[in-house]
Amino acid sequence: MSEATAKTTEAKAGAAFEPRIAAFVCNWCTYTGADLAGTSRIQMAPNVRVVRLPCTGRIDPMFIIKAFERGADGVIVSGCHPGDCHYSAGNYHARRRFAIFREIMSFIGIDPNRITFSWVSASEGRKWGDVVDETVSRIRGLGPFAGYKNLVEKTHAGA
Amino acid sequence: MSRIGVFVCHCGENIGRTVDVARVAEAMRGLPGVAHAVDYKYMCSDPGQAMIKQAIAEKQLTGVVVAACSPHMHEKTFRRAAAGGGINPFLCEMANVREHCSWIHEDREKATEKAIDITRMIVEKVKRNAPLTTIRIPVERRALVIGGGIAGIQAALDIADGGREVVLVEKEPSIGGHMSQLSETFPTLDCSQCILTPRMVEVFQHPRIKLLTYSEVESVEGYIGNFKVKIRKKARSIDESKCNGCGECQKTCPNRRIPSEFDQGLGKRTAIYVPFPQAVPNLPVIDREKCSYFRGKAKGSKKEVCGKCRAACGRGAILFDQEDSFVEEKVGAIVVATGYRLYEIGKEQDSELLKGYGEYGYGTIPDVIDGLQFERLASASGPTSGAIQRPSDGKVPKRIVFLQCIGSRDPAKGIEYCSKICCMYVAKHTMLYRHKVHDGQATVFYMDIRANGKGYDEFVRRAIEEDGARYVRGRVSRMYRDGDVIKVLGYDTVNGTPLSIDADMVVLATAMRPQPGIQGLAQKLSVSYDKHGFINEAHPKLRPVETNTAGVYVAGACQSPRDIPDSVAMASAAASKVLGLFSNEELEREPTVAVVNADLCTGCFHCERVCAYGAITRKEIRDRNGNLVKVVADVNKGVCQGCGTCQATCPSKSLELAGFTDDQIYAAINAFAEL
Repeated sequence: MSEATAKTTEAKAGAAFEPRIAAFVCNWCTYTGADLAGTSRIQMAPNVRVVRLPCTGRIDPMFIIKAFERGADGVIVSGCHPGDCHYSAGNYHARRRFAIFREIMSFIGIDPNRITFSWVSASEGRKWGDVVDETVSRIRGLGPFAGYKNLVEKTHAGA
Repeated sequence: MSRIGVFVCHCGENIGRTVDVARVAEAMRGLPGVAHAVDYKYMCSDPGQAMIKQAIAEKQLTGVVVAACSPHMHEKTFRRAAAGGGINPFLCEMANVREHCSWIHEDREKATEKAIDITRMIVEKVKRNAPLTTIRIPVERRALVIGGGIAGIQAALDIADGGREVVLVEKEPSIGGHMSQLSETFPTLDCSQCILTPRMVEVFQHPRIKLLTYSEVESVEGYIGNFKVKIRKKARSIDESKCNGCGECQKTCPNRRIPSEFDQGLGKRTAIYVPFPQAVPNLPVIDREKCSYFRGKAKGSKKEVCGKCRAACGRGAILFDQEDSFVEEKVGAIVVATGYRLYEIGKEQDSELLKGYGEYGYGTIPDVIDGLQFERLASASGPTSGAIQRPSDGKVPKRIVFLQCIGSRDPAKGIEYCSKICCMYVAKHTMLYRHKVHDGQATVFYMDIRANGKGYDEFVRRAIEEDGARYVRGRVSRMYRDGDVIKVLGYDTVNGTPLSIDADMVVLATAMRPQPGIQGLAQKLSVSYDKHGFINEAHPKLRPVETNTAGVYVAGACQSPRDIPDSVAMASAAASKVLGLFSNEELEREPTVAVVNADLCTGCFHCERVCAYGAITRKEIRDRNGNLVKVVADVNKGVCQGCGTCQATCPSKSLELAGFTDDQIYAAINAFAEL
């Protein structure tokens, strides 16, 4: 176990559980919506770390699995509303991809409730705050997710 | 080993108040690969940028991370600063610790922790950034305009007057479009032809406009700045260089009773014909389906059945054996202005839902006509020389009923949208009618009056108050012929009473629909269209004349129902976009496009199927003897918009989106959980 992960475990054991959440968002709608939340000073839970991508079409489901493997307790995927994609159809491809991914999540050992899929447009700063807060409180209720991380650590210990 | 410089901004108090900026810089200093980390009050100020430039030189930085505001705000500023310091601008990125952190959190401890995370994630990403070079594409500074109606004419003239060459393609034998069919135009009652014909002639005579009538776009290849367009010139059966438009051929043609398209079937034409007297170019065309010569040949008769026009032509300009020819044009931009057609009541349509209004008897009752037919009746150049006469017996109708919203705003008939022009042209028709038949009564059945242009509502009021049009709010359920009159059965929804009106003639204000074949054209241009077939603009408010395909613009009624002023305004807007594009010899593009690793590509072409831009092409890989080894995907950098959908779809991971590679994203995810 690395020093860094030891610290996390300690911190988690000491204080109340603070979920760590990764958000994969598109540059044009949700990222800009999150910017608007900032300029509007909309307060929200500080647990989410945003990864900016050009389009939800770029989001590989492996990113989500990787985030869980690295210790995320929850994931948000958010982009432009259907019909509003900057690239005209990227979000439709993403929607289809995640409809299938959602089906296989339980099978691969992830509670589907740990992932939020949402559409947040560039003008929906308030909605972004709500998505963040709602996801954080839901994940808080579900507790920490260590299944994937433990698996990886065990594999590394055995190797 | 990377040598990343991290520059943490206070943004005055905006970041510094909630985030312990010094601690963020301190935390970065301990990271492997970070050679320099400082904080400063205003990174975006001149001294702030100078700090970055100086540090790049002094510390031999290989990458720069600026932890400050949103990249949407200042990424360009800092990339320029990085370039000024001597490194590739794409080795500089921003960590958004203002909009995504200090402004949305109050807890200083938690906000600082988050700012450290955000910055570290970007540091890890930048370590894997590759230098990128802005893509430069040469621009062919000529434009293609598709459609020779008023929108196409305006766009072509504006571009040509702006100093660039234009190819104008029109599928009909003459330019002019629907506007040339109109009698007068609302709200000024200008004579339509009087204001249009000079513009048509101007197009014809313009040294920078190449006019191709009776022609259609066959195929389009390429991308913004570099389109290759193949145009089919349909056989007119005329030698254009010899014909002088004298009209002798038409006089001899024995087929004289063919319904004229220009007169909406109310007038007749010959098989060799000029669509209307002011046609541009003034050249006839042979309608091969109606011409005796061609019909005889089609039936296999060995002797020539006709050929009178050829005999009559003193210049030997009639060419019966002419075939379709093709022209190839290289252009840098395309304006689509294919216009509209009217909802064809009771006729064979392209959708089951659109076969509505059998109850109105259009097609069986000869005195039930549509709006464009009324225009021809009212027009001085029309079949009755401007006299309002009913088609069945030529009598002057004393009672006319106009029905608005035929097909428009009627989801049950397949069209939900408002056709925009009908309220106005019906008001105009009632006026034109009263100006010619002083004792006539015009009754209008309407749902709402939508007269929202300059001087429009006043115009409708004038029709009602000065010219005595009777407006009835309600719909008509049925019409039938009773001897000489048409019985119109409707319902007045204001008074709540059923209504039966005897009419001599009924005019249906039918919906505007896009031209047939628009879907095929849209696919050739890879632009999208809505469920009604209208071309989609890139953004309804901010990019109304652009399409989602770079370099393809849209004007007029092919985008949605438009009246003449709107079409002209759109056409000029599209032309200014084209001239803007042509203001440089080269086009600059962001280099964040997809790149294929041909060694890994298995040639499954899933990427080709998901690409909304048609940017993926197929490339043959051959060995040194020229034998085909495999076919792989290739990205056209000019077309790729950098969405990355292809990369997420690629099963062999052989596509990488520059700036957002898997390596970069996974590094950021890894950094996310390092704490």
